Amino acid sequence: MNGKFGQYGGQYVAETVMSSLKELERAYEFYLKDSAFNAELKYLLNNYANRPSGLYYAEKMTKDLGGAKIYLKREDLNHTGSHKINNVLGQALLAKKMGKTRVIAETGAGQHGVASATAAALMGLKCEVFMGKEDTERQALNVFRMELLGAKVHPVTSGTMTLKDAVNETLREWASRLDDTHYIVGSAVGPHPFPVMVRDFQKVIGEEIKAQMLEAEGKLPDVVIACVGGGSNAIGAFYDFIEDKSVRLIGCEAAGLGVDHPKNAATMANGTVGILHGMKSYFCQDVYGQIAPVYSISAGLDYPGIGPEHAYLQDIHRAEYVPVTDTEAVDAFNYLSRTEGIIPAIESAHAIAHACKIAGGMGREKTIVVNLSGRGDKDVASIAKYMGVQINE
Amino acid sequence: MSRISTAFKSDSKALIAFIMGGDPDITTTEKLIIAMEEAGVDLFEIGIPFSDPAADGIVIQQASVRALERGCTADDILNMVKRVREKITAPITLLTYANSIFAYGKERFMERCRDSGVDGVIVPDIPYEEKDEISDVCEKYGITQIAIVAPTSKERTQTIAREAEGFLYCVSTLGVTGIRDEIRTNIQEIVEKVRAVSDIPCAVGFGIATPEQARDMAAVSDGAIIGTAIVKLIGEYGAESIEPVRQYVARVKDVISS
Repeated sequence: MNGKFGQYGGQYVAETVMSSLKELERAYEFYLKDSAFNAELKYLLNNYANRPSGLYYAEKMTKDLGGAKIYLKREDLNHTGSHKINNVLGQALLAKKMGKTRVIAETGAGQHGVASATAAALMGLKCEVFMGKEDTERQALNVFRMELLGAKVHPVTSGTMTLKDAVNETLREWASRLDDTHYIVGSAVGPHPFPVMVRDFQKVIGEEIKAQMLEAEGKLPDVVIACVGGGSNAIGAFYDFIEDKSVRLIGCEAAGLGVDHPKNAATMANGTVGILHGMKSYFCQDVYGQIAPVYSISAGLDYPGIGPEHAYLQDIHRAEYVPVTDTEAVDAFNYLSRTEGIIPAIESAHAIAHACKIAGGMGREKTIVVNLSGRGDKDVASIAKYMGVQINE
Repeated sequence: MSRISTAFKSDSKALIAFIMGGDPDITTTEKLIIAMEEAGVDLFEIGIPFSDPAADGIVIQQASVRALERGCTADDILNMVKRVREKITAPITLLTYANSIFAYGKERFMERCRDSGVDGVIVPDIPYEEKDEISDVCEKYGITQIAIVAPTSKERTQTIAREAEGFLYCVSTLGVTGIRDEIRTNIQEIVEKVRAVSDIPCAVGFGIATPEQARDMAAVSDGAIIGTAIVKLIGEYGAESIEPVRQYVARVKDVISS
C-alpha cells in the first residue's frame, strides 16, 4: 500500500501524528489478513448491524418513472440507520486490537458520531465526538442520541462550524493524545491509510449488491448511484464494480442552491486540486487555496472536499459525478416517502433524485441500483423547516 | 553559507519569533519585524494565514482569522517580505500550510520567495514522507525546506535529521501550537539523537511562553522558537502591539543570553 490513487491521497499531516499513522498502517495490514479478526467483524456486521442489507426492487417507483428497473440497497436498515456502522465496527475493533481505550470522531449529520458512540459502547471504549456547532443545532436529536450512548459531544466553533471544522478539531485532539486514542475517520478521506481502510470496510455494500443483483436479475446492474460527501458509501457501493466496465458508476454531490450559486458543496463540479485533511484531492477553494465555506441542506454532504479515490476515478473517467440541488433532493425525499413508504436520509435523497432524472430515459430491460445510504428520521425536523411546516417535537 | 545559518552562532542561543502575516494588518507586520530584530530576534517565521490551520491552537487560529478578515493574501506577505528584506539582516522563513503553496503554484511560489528574499519555508503538513512534494522547487530557487521532528518521532528522528537543512524544528510537546504551563518532553534526548547523525542546529518550539521556559529550552538546544506568546500580545494590542512585543522579545533575549 503506498496510499496514493494516481496523484491523490498521501499523508499530509503534522510530524506529531506520523508515528501513529504508521502504527495504524501496520496494524491494519496485519489484521486485514487475520482470519480471527475478519470472523469477529463479520459476526458483528451480520448479527449486530443487521447485514447483509436487503436489495429492494422499488416497483412503484419503477412503474411511475417508466424506464429502468430501480433497486434500492437498504443501508438505511442497518443498526444506527446508515452505512456508517460498517466502517465504525471495523475501525473500533481494530482500535481495540491495537490496545486503544479511547476513540474520537468527527461528524457532520451525526450519523457517523452515532455509529462511533454505538461501537464504543459495545466494545467498552471511551468516545468523544466533534461536531460543528451549526450541525449540533440542525441535528440536535443525534447529539442527544450520542450522549445516551455514553459519548461526549464537543460543539466546534472554529471556521464555518460544520464538518470540515469538525475534522480540523478532531485532528488537533488526536495530535494532543495519541497513545490511548484512535481517530475513527468517518469517510473515505484523510491521510493514508484511512481512505483505503474506510473503503475496505465499506466495500461489503458493493459486494452484496453484485451477488444480490445476480440472484434477482441474473446480470450486473447497468448503473450504480450513490451520494457523495467525503464519499464512503459511494466508494463502498462502487468498489466491487470498478473492473466491471459495463456498470456506470455515478456519484451525486450536493449542489446546494445550485452549482453556479455561491452556496453549494459540489466539489467535483467546482473544485480544484489541493491539500487538506491529510490528503491531496479536489477541494472547493479560492485562488489562494483558502477553503471555501460550502453549503448543503444535508449536513453529511456539507464538505468542501472529496475522498482521493473518487478524485482518481473521475480523472480516469471510471466514475462520473453529478450535482444535485437542495430542491431536487427535498423533492426526491418527499417522492420516495410517498411512493415507496421509505423516508430516506436527505444525503441519500440526492442519489434518489438523480435516479429519478435518468430512469425514464433508459430502457425497461435496464437496471439501476441506488445506494440508500441512510434513513431520514434525523432529517424530519429540518425538512419540515425547509417546507415551512411548524412542528413541535 | 545560507543566511539561515547566520542565526545560529556558537557563542549564543538563537531567538526565533513567529508572527502571523497580516495580523492585524500588513503594515503592522512589517513594523513588528523591524522592532523585533532590534530587540534581538535572530530568525523570523512569518505565517501565511490559512482557513483551516489544523496544526494550530486557538491563539494562532484566531490570528489567521483576523488576517483573512482583512483580506491578507500570500502576495501581500511576499510583497511585505520584499520591502522588509531591505531593512533587516535576519533570515526570514514562511510558515505555511501545503495548500497555500500548492494553490499558488509550487514553482511560482518558490520563485517569488527567492525574488522577495525569503530564506526558507516551514510546512507543518508536509512530513518527511511527502517532502518531495516541494523539495525540487525549493532546491531550484534556493529556498531551504525546514524539517520538523516531534516527541513522537522516535526512530524517525535520525532519518529526518540526516536530510534536514537550515535548522531542525524540534516540536516540544504533543498537540497543536499554544502555551503550556510545563514542558515535560526530554528535549535533550531528542537533540542528542540528532547530534549523533548531523550537526544541524536544533531550535525548540511549541508551548514556550515565559522567558524562563525559553532559556531552559535553548539551554539544551541551539535556540528557542516563540509564537503563540507573541501572537497573543498582537491579538491584545493590535496596531499598538509594537512596543509590548519589542519589550517582551527583549526580555526573552536577555534571559536566554544570560
